[in-house]
Amino acid sequence: MAANTKETGKEPLFHIVKRTDLPMWKSWLIRIGAVVASLIICAVIIILLTGDNPIQIYGTMVKGAVGSPRRIWALLQGVAMLLCIALAVTPAFKMRFWNIGAEGQVLMGGLGATACMILFGKTLPAPLVLVLVIVVSIICGAVWGLIPAIFKAFWNTNETLFTLMMNYIAIQIVSYFTYIWSSNKGNNVINTINVDTHAGWLELPPSIDKYGYMLNVIIVGALTVLMYFYLKYSKQGYEISVVGESENTAKYAGINVKKVIIRTMIISGALCGVAGMLLVSGTDHTITPNTAGGRGFTAIMVSWLAKFNPLFMVLTSLLIVFMQKGAQEISTVFGLNNSFSDIITGIIIFFIIGSEFFINYSIKFRAKEVEAK
Amino acid sequence: MDNNIAVSLRHITKAFGSKVVANKDVSMDIHEGEILALLGENGSGKTTLMNMLSGIYRQDSGQIYVHGSEVHITSPKDAYDLGIGMIHQHFKLVDVFTATENVALGMDKKTTGSYKDLTKAITEICDRYGFDIDPKQKVYNMTVSQKQTLEIVKTLYRGANILILDEPTAVLTPQETDKLFAVLRNMKADGKSIIIITHKLNEVLAISDRVAILRKGEYIGDVLTSEATVQSLTEMMVGQKVELDIERPEVEDKQLRLTVDHLTCLDKYGVTALDDVSLEAYGGEILGIAGISGSGQKQLLEAIAGLQAAEAGASIQYINPDTGKREELIGKSVTQIKKLGVALSFVPEDRLGMGLVGAMGMADNMMLRSYKKGRSMFTDRKAPRELALKVKEELEVVTPGIQTPVRRLSGGNVQKVLVGREIASDPTVLMAAYAVRGLDINTSYTIYHLLNEEKKKGTAVIYVGEDLDVLLALCDRIAVLCDGKLNGIVDGRTATKEEVGELMTHLKGKEATA
Repeated sequence: MAANTKETGKEPLFHIVKRTDLPMWKSWLIRIGAVVASLIICAVIIILLTGDNPIQIYGTMVKGAVGSPRRIWALLQGVAMLLCIALAVTPAFKMRFWNIGAEGQVLMGGLGATACMILFGKTLPAPLVLVLVIVVSIICGAVWGLIPAIFKAFWNTNETLFTLMMNYIAIQIVSYFTYIWSSNKGNNVINTINVDTHAGWLELPPSIDKYGYMLNVIIVGALTVLMYFYLKYSKQGYEISVVGESENTAKYAGINVKKVIIRTMIISGALCGVAGMLLVSGTDHTITPNTAGGRGFTAIMVSWLAKFNPLFMVLTSLLIVFMQKGAQEISTVFGLNNSFSDIITGIIIFFIIGSEFFINYSIKFRAKEVEAK
Repeated sequence: MDNNIAVSLRHITKAFGSKVVANKDVSMDIHEGEILALLGENGSGKTTLMNMLSGIYRQDSGQIYVHGSEVHITSPKDAYDLGIGMIHQHFKLVDVFTATENVALGMDKKTTGSYKDLTKAITEICDRYGFDIDPKQKVYNMTVSQKQTLEIVKTLYRGANILILDEPTAVLTPQETDKLFAVLRNMKADGKSIIIITHKLNEVLAISDRVAILRKGEYIGDVLTSEATVQSLTEMMVGQKVELDIERPEVEDKQLRLTVDHLTCLDKYGVTALDDVSLEAYGGEILGIAGISGSGQKQLLEAIAGLQAAEAGASIQYINPDTGKREELIGKSVTQIKKLGVALSFVPEDRLGMGLVGAMGMADNMMLRSYKKGRSMFTDRKAPRELALKVKEELEVVTPGIQTPVRRLSGGNVQKVLVGREIASDPTVLMAAYAVRGLDINTSYTIYHLLNEEKKKGTAVIYVGEDLDVLLALCDRIAVLCDGKLNGIVDGRTATKEEVGELMTHLKGKEATA
């Protein structure tokens, strides 16, 4: 099958041609086909490695993700949190500012919320505490995004390394405060904060919201729509696109590049702060160094897979969270190792990313031998 | 098949997607020991055709024969093995390597021998054809012309006897072009086949033996150069009669619009690029700026546009045509200049890297300079879309749609989008740098016509050009830059090409520097 080179050689079996005009429905057909193909491959691997019935396994995964109202709400909560962080990194990515510091920005936002709840929970009225929680967590996230932006704008430091390192600083700061504020000195665990007064808790009455996730889902839903319009139709969104494409063009158009970098990273960090606030004040009511749970990195994938379109991100984050929840379920029901579900998730995502190749290129096979006219 | 046919293409078809057919059933021959000029307008498929020969693309259908036998070229290496080498418009060299190292790149030590052997071989090639190159010189120290020479040497070293040059003269000065042509003739005498892709008809007539013409991806035919004229070639290329004279309408009422005084600018490395330049631009005239590339043209235009810092003591003043008020532009940003009511349009040299956003469509590019208009937080999408449609229609921009990224358009269409937008803003000063570089005849004349229209409206047009014939035919006055200094301003009606060429190369009041 190797390409022949010499004069006597035959025409190679196939060559790759770039597509330019694939209709939308066809590209989605390819993507769906990729998912189906990946499920078949996974089924083969499941049979070979475990001997279990793949249909049963898939069924269990679906059940694990959406098998009961509680699970559906947990799934939606997972999607909302991942989506919120993906929304946060997207404006930076569109500007070609590789913010991989979302993990740290989320943690700092969460820490801001925790601090307000602990320090003012007993002294200030609950609604005021909640306002403080919201404001402070947004500021904390924004500051954590602003620092690398300033260095990038004025001294052109490498934002990838900078934001990455800021993650570790954030984790250490949170570790420190979990020690300081730990409920029993030394065990590094903060028990549920303000469990009696609910001061600083972001919640709806249990009569409306049985599982406590509804408000998070609504807020992130609204943010998704806002971000879509911000990026696509606002002047600032336009500036972000131009700066991302070429700084020279931006200067030519009279755009203040430094200002756009700083402003966009404040937005990016602030949204991460919102995510941290939703995690701490909306659901967990405590913080650990693992509160962000790697979502800051998974969100990068969500954003890229959706090609930076906030509406598509709903789908990509749903896919990833669905896989995670389903995978957890099969590992408990079938007693399979956790890594096994990672294998399946990996295969499916590999196929989805790989399908982009077939959307962008087509493969032309050698025509049947025809005599040249 | 004829013995002296080096390459023959038969029924070559290549499409990109289903809409764009770059080459359609092209059949042509290249003889041994000839210089063949491949001529065609932008987007006529010249480069695509040659890319298939050099292994970058692969044809959808059709056959290629080299010396009579059918070949399948699937990579540039295959092409090299067949003795086909291509020198691209954008050089593919490693800056931090020496000339020798660049030649060795990708070769096997068994074939090249030691570094010394290689250097010797390179020197031999240089002596044989009259190349002027130092094997030990690093590429980043080379001029554009030297880099091109190195590309040719590299190709020859790999045993190419069929050379394809894609617009080799686009980046060269007239003197360098002459040198290149001398070398090409030497290579031809040595029995090599040379295909040269170019737009410049006078060069076609000067260097080639035969001209093959493509139009809209189809092979139109070939003519012997000795039987061709600029007029006949143009008509074959365009498919209709074309008026080849550039107009120079007279405008009576000329008003001082812009004064530049003692402007000194540094380039990004801190070297003086523009040295104490003073000049004036009038509404209703086209002021040409001539000079060898890199003589400070870029800095001059960018300083006026508010993109380039000036050294102390400089002054650029804009005289408002309505109020007569003078505005100082030095030290002001692009936005500040706009706020002063200075209607300044600028067509920069780097179209996709500065003037347009390649990933955006025509519509979004139309609002690049005006998106801030209005107090709304959101952009006005309707006006740019209408403008895009208007530009598309009036300038005959070939694009699948106004949302298609402009990066995918051909060079001429990209330039039409850029010029169209800049003129649409009703400028009082219009600056254009190398506005027709790489454009075919038809598009070039469209651009000249647009500049003349602006001039008639009373706009002060500043036109940086490289083709002296065009500068002399189009401009009212020509300011000649040499080594960053203003070396004289001549009248476009009376000056000669030699006079301008002399001013470009020899600084007045200094000994001639060969």
